[in-house]
Amino acid sequence: MTAAVIEPADGAGTRERILDLAQRYGVYAALAVLIAVATALNSDFMSVSNWRVQLFQAAPIVLVALGMALVIGTEGVDLSVGATIALSASVIPLYIGYGPVPAIALALLLGAAAGLVGGAMVAFAGVQPIVATLSLMIGLRGVAELMNGAAAKPVADATILDLGEHNLAGVPLMAWIALAATGAVAYTVRRTTFGRQLVAIGDNKRASLLAGLPVRRVLVTVYVLSGVLAALAGVLIVGHGAEADPANQGLNMELNAITAVVVGGTPLSGGRVRVLGTVAGAMFMQLASAVLIQHNAPTSTTQIVEAVLICLAVYVSRERGTR
Amino acid sequence: MSVRTPETAAPLPAPPPRRAGRDGLLETPRERWIRRAERRGPLVVLVAVCAAATAASPSDASWSDVSTILGNNAFVWLLALGMTFVITTGGIDLSVGSLYALGGVLAARASSSGPWLAILLPLVVCAAWGAVQGLLVAYGGMAPFIVTLAGLLGARGLLQALTNQGSTTYLVPAHSWFRHLGAGTWVPVGIVAVLFALGWILMERTGYGATLTAIGGNQDSAVLLGLPVARAKVLVYLLSGTLAGAAGALAGARLGSGVTTIGVGYELTAIAAVVIGGTLLTGGYGTIGGTVCGVLLLAVIHHLIDRYLSQYGSAMTDAVNGAFLAVVVLAQALLERSRRR
Repeated sequence: MTAAVIEPADGAGTRERILDLAQRYGVYAALAVLIAVATALNSDFMSVSNWRVQLFQAAPIVLVALGMALVIGTEGVDLSVGATIALSASVIPLYIGYGPVPAIALALLLGAAAGLVGGAMVAFAGVQPIVATLSLMIGLRGVAELMNGAAAKPVADATILDLGEHNLAGVPLMAWIALAATGAVAYTVRRTTFGRQLVAIGDNKRASLLAGLPVRRVLVTVYVLSGVLAALAGVLIVGHGAEADPANQGLNMELNAITAVVVGGTPLSGGRVRVLGTVAGAMFMQLASAVLIQHNAPTSTTQIVEAVLICLAVYVSRERGTR
Repeated sequence: MSVRTPETAAPLPAPPPRRAGRDGLLETPRERWIRRAERRGPLVVLVAVCAAATAASPSDASWSDVSTILGNNAFVWLLALGMTFVITTGGIDLSVGSLYALGGVLAARASSSGPWLAILLPLVVCAAWGAVQGLLVAYGGMAPFIVTLAGLLGARGLLQALTNQGSTTYLVPAHSWFRHLGAGTWVPVGIVAVLFALGWILMERTGYGATLTAIGGNQDSAVLLGLPVARAKVLVYLLSGTLAGAAGALAGARLGSGVTTIGVGYELTAIAAVVIGGTLLTGGYGTIGGTVCGVLLLAVIHHLIDRYLSQYGSAMTDAVNGAFLAVVVLAQALLERSRRR
């Protein structure tokens, strides 16, 4: 570091600096170490087919986690994303008769509507984000199951199957979509007024309000974006599995997405959105569980390792200087 | 953006003290009605739903209805009891569903060595689990949401490890008196009622309950007042974990075996019951009586849907519960806002 970097005078010891670096770049380092270790253990890990499988698994999580990162950036949380996936999955077989484009458009529209309801409860009624989205999480999955029926329905439409299975230039189409979404979200956060307003609201909602920012509009938009991204992930999941199964698709997705965001270094207290970190966090969690499964570790070990990883990530990224 | 005063446009972080009007000062009749609606609302809705169900049903409310509503899911209500304390401090405990399942498996496993062990082992393990979470929250400065989310995953993992990935089922011996704890209607309901009464005393009549409320209202003030904030927080997660373990052990006694797949999503039902009961999710106000109304309301709704709309299955229950929770939190937010105006 050059001398031009101004360190805060109070308590900026070596330990603080290491923790800060760990929070910022820890997830990339951890990802690199994980890939190195996995390759050392099993040289097949770097094979194209393995990476393709991992990308198929990770792409929907990345999409959902991007929306979640935006919501967490405003000091909220969106528990309804898993149920939104189920909702978008349930309309695909119902409306596929009109063609794939209207069906997908309707799924995305429903995702936006779900986000709109949650966002309106948060922004206009002042309900806590966690309960507002909890009520949607419970309710929407029920609605999705009512629309689809209890059993899974097969989907045979070529366009939707292509979305989930097709490779473009050797890389899954899903991964390209996730990449495009990552670029769009990163651009939004860094380069647009909306992105700056979002971060400002997450940092200090009251100050943003007094500064004349459109707090309610930004909050609603953030939840709508999260809903649309979750619905898109739902379409991709339907395409990949060739069936719509609202009882099971998207289960625990909210937990996976929150984990990816937190591991990626975005603080839960809002005011900062780390887009690339979120993608790296999602990839890290996916690869970590894949490595454990490939080496025949039981599910119990996978779950405990996940829990420890979450704790470590939060310990590194917790607010410092409060004690 | 319309020009409005900041007070109406943004929810204030800390709610005003609920009993400000008790000394008769500064409370208009309108404010008194709002306060009453907030405090008694859950009870009124519960009575109204029960009355409507009785009036609409072709037969009178039968004993078997009451027995079904009370006996089958009484243990799950203990999760909501523990959750009430945690939410009063402004925290949240997502691990209770997993600890519930873990408690059941531990009880079934230990019951072959004697009923006392079957009661003690789940309590001790779940209390320790809760205490670790509390230590991380209170002394580690980590967000309760994430710590207990990790606890949810970790406890499920431990459960899977104990049962060889769910392939081993531990049975409670047929002649163990441990089974009697979960049998019938009155024994479970009695146990749960006693624990709720103890919880009410702890919340309303002890300094510990007052400390919890103070922490939820304004943690910095509580620290400056010299209250044992960190210790109280550790204890509240320990209490929640212990209650979840006890609920799981009793469920194990009722089912006669350690079922590994139960408890998924129960933490959310518990949170919903607590919020419906009127406890503020922001902390600073918790009511055990409200939680009782909350769990009973959810149970009655569940029973009614099972009875009249059973062709739609559990999906209908989910949809109605979600909508009901949304209506309740919206009503609470509106009442809160109109009181401030």
